[in-house]
Amino acid sequence: MITTYLFYFLSFLTIMFALMVVFSKNPVHSVLYLVMAFFTIAGHYVLLNAQFLAAVHVIVYAGAIMVLFLFVIMLLNLNKETEPHKSPWLKFSAVIAAGLLLVVLVGSLKGATNIMATNNFDANIGLIENLGKTLFQDFLLPFEISSILLLAAMVGAVLLGKKSIK
Amino acid sequence: MSAIQVVPIEWYLLLCTVLFTIGVLGVLFRRNAIIIFMSIEIMLNAVNLLLVAFSSYLSDSKGQVFVFFIMAVAAAEVAVGLAILMMVYRNTKSSDIDMLNKLKW
Repeated sequence: MITTYLFYFLSFLTIMFALMVVFSKNPVHSVLYLVMAFFTIAGHYVLLNAQFLAAVHVIVYAGAIMVLFLFVIMLLNLNKETEPHKSPWLKFSAVIAAGLLLVVLVGSLKGATNIMATNNFDANIGLIENLGKTLFQDFLLPFEISSILLLAAMVGAVLLGKKSIK
Repeated sequence: MSAIQVVPIEWYLLLCTVLFTIGVLGVLFRRNAIIIFMSIEIMLNAVNLLLVAFSSYLSDSKGQVFVFFIMAVAAAEVAVGLAILMMVYRNTKSSDIDMLNKLKW
């Protein structure tokens, strides 16, 4: 029973923080709300018995990616005054368009057939032992290729960040 | 006890759809390129959460391995994207996405 209440509570917090990311006037506040939203999503992972993934999520998102965002915002010296805004008419149409997308997605998911779990519930799949086995047996090649992707991203970021390319 | 045993999968579908739509709304609503990046992160996380929910529901760890790969791609995307953003700022002195309209018809 407490799990259900925790789910509702965390879902409410996640949606509220995500909305505050979009609607907050100050970019620094947006980043901080996004960190909170990521923590609530990590809480969802814990509820779903994906403990290792929750730890990785906190380390990667709240640790690495958000520090990068905050660093860039402080480097660009963004604040409330310099924040560009769309015209009210465009904002209104953006809300309408997103609402229509939500209606379409929810409607199409309502019409989907039920997916039944075929195998018995196993609470241990989120543990590092089982995940590691799957990762290094079935997904070894994608795992190695993702290292090349990270290397290429690193080289690209350094190249783009240089003052001038001669 | 896992949440998937007491919460129906439909609630997770609804939650992730709403989160994804909030990400889309952020992309449409804001002009600041950094906020648009953050909205893209929200969309990626909505999909991640749904993958974990289904992985837990079907008791198959392959879905959680997919989330690892999405996290790696997201990290690469943010690094390159913020580098591009720094370069845009250096050239236009603003993070306004509407300044970049040369390719618009």
